[in-house]
Amino acid sequence: MSFILSHFNYIAVATLMMAGLFIVFSSGNLIKRMIGLAIFQTSTGLLYISLAKVSGGTAAIAVEPASAEARDLASRLDPAYVAQHGIDGVVYSNPLPHVLILTAIVVGVATLAVGLAIAVRVREAFGSVEADEIEVLSRIESTQPGPQT
Amino acid sequence: MIALPPSFDANLAIDIVLLVMLLVVAGAIVRTRNLLAAIILFGIYSLVSAVWLVVMDAPDVAFTEAVVGAGISTIVLLGAILLTRGEAEKTDWRRLAAPALLCVAVGGLLVYAAMGLPALGDAASPANAHVGRAYLEATPRDIGIPNMVTAVLASYRGFDTLGETAVIFAAGIGVALMLGFGPRASLAPPPAVIGDHHVVLRVSAKFLIPLIALFAFYVQFHGDLGAGGGFQAGVIMAAAIILHALVFGLRETMAAVPPRVARGAASFGVLLYAGVGVACMVNGGGFLDYDFLFPPAIEKQIPGWLLGDPDHAHHWGQHFGIMLIELGVLLTVAATMVTIFYGFAGRTVDAARQEAKR
Repeated sequence: MSFILSHFNYIAVATLMMAGLFIVFSSGNLIKRMIGLAIFQTSTGLLYISLAKVSGGTAAIAVEPASAEARDLASRLDPAYVAQHGIDGVVYSNPLPHVLILTAIVVGVATLAVGLAIAVRVREAFGSVEADEIEVLSRIESTQPGPQT
Repeated sequence: MIALPPSFDANLAIDIVLLVMLLVVAGAIVRTRNLLAAIILFGIYSLVSAVWLVVMDAPDVAFTEAVVGAGISTIVLLGAILLTRGEAEKTDWRRLAAPALLCVAVGGLLVYAAMGLPALGDAASPANAHVGRAYLEATPRDIGIPNMVTAVLASYRGFDTLGETAVIFAAGIGVALMLGFGPRASLAPPPAVIGDHHVVLRVSAKFLIPLIALFAFYVQFHGDLGAGGGFQAGVIMAAAIILHALVFGLRETMAAVPPRVARGAASFGVLLYAGVGVACMVNGGGFLDYDFLFPPAIEKQIPGWLLGDPDHAHHWGQHFGIMLIELGVLLTVAATMVTIFYGFAGRTVDAARQEAKR
């Protein structure tokens, strides 16, 4: 039971990732697919952040050593644990994955916008954002060349 | 005292509850065919994951996720369904069997592989004990700013962040090339309306927009000390401008922030970032090595009281370098988001005009 609890985050991440992938596979609608991709991307972020968590830790913003705040944070934890994993008496979570995911989120929304812009242009060209209809329409277009009305 | 390591504590309980909420919302997104509902659910998904990120000690990321997920991406998605349509086709269940089977199989493999990962919160895991700890130990010595996320983002991994800023800029250009920089013809003034139904909205927006912009600057300049930085501030600033456009109309916003200015600011941001890197090289350091941002000879000439640091003990080249590149990030992110918004909004106006002509 304790093993399941301590690995619950990874199970949730895998499930969310597959939910995103399933939307991309199953939905023919290009907008819905982009939402699926966004969920897939978020789940990767959740994995990174889960790995960065240190139990009993605090956000990676330096606390003045030996200040009241530092003593308060340390008093909640086992002194041996703080001595082993803490820095100047404070245990922090790992900042590196936070950095990677922070920028990935902003890049993610920018690329989401690019994908949606493509979907909008597809709609203008074919009058549809359903993958099946686009396939049929493009087949008709290739057999009957000429201006589209 | 918290018994360590993994036992059931309040933190883990909140973590599991929030993750279950995420799973429920994701399930609802999978099921719904109404795209408007899917978009709103995605906004909720982002907000819940922002709360979860705070529980996971990642306030910087939570900030970004809240603004981006619940703000910008919702608006971009809404713009997209305005231009396409609001309902997805129903997929035949027989065609869902193969993807479902594949997803279950891959998911099962992922869960199996994840069982080999360190337990949640393991301080001795390779990621946390080596590279993460190295950054935590070195930041006060090398960079001298309290927020280690900003230190890693802007200084240690400054080159990486420059690349990401350039990607955002490129994405903005891509959207603008596909959808245009705004409506093709100039916008007519809105028709005079007798009895303004949106007066509450307008008045509260007038209160809110300056406050949001002020908050963006706070997040920007407080990024060294607490959660925040250029990415978050940029998106918050863009949210303020987009709120203005939603309440007062695209015409007013495009008069206040012309697309030309947004374009210029986006390119200037990337140039400023890269320029700081080149300035460091000119002064004899590596690319983006802020310790060389000012030649040491000049640094000594500056009186200590001006820096608030009489004996020049701290790395104020680092402080100044981080401030400059964060400014570049702010400009690029805010201007790119506004450009993307103008692209989608302008297209909507064009489409409505064509519809009216027909």
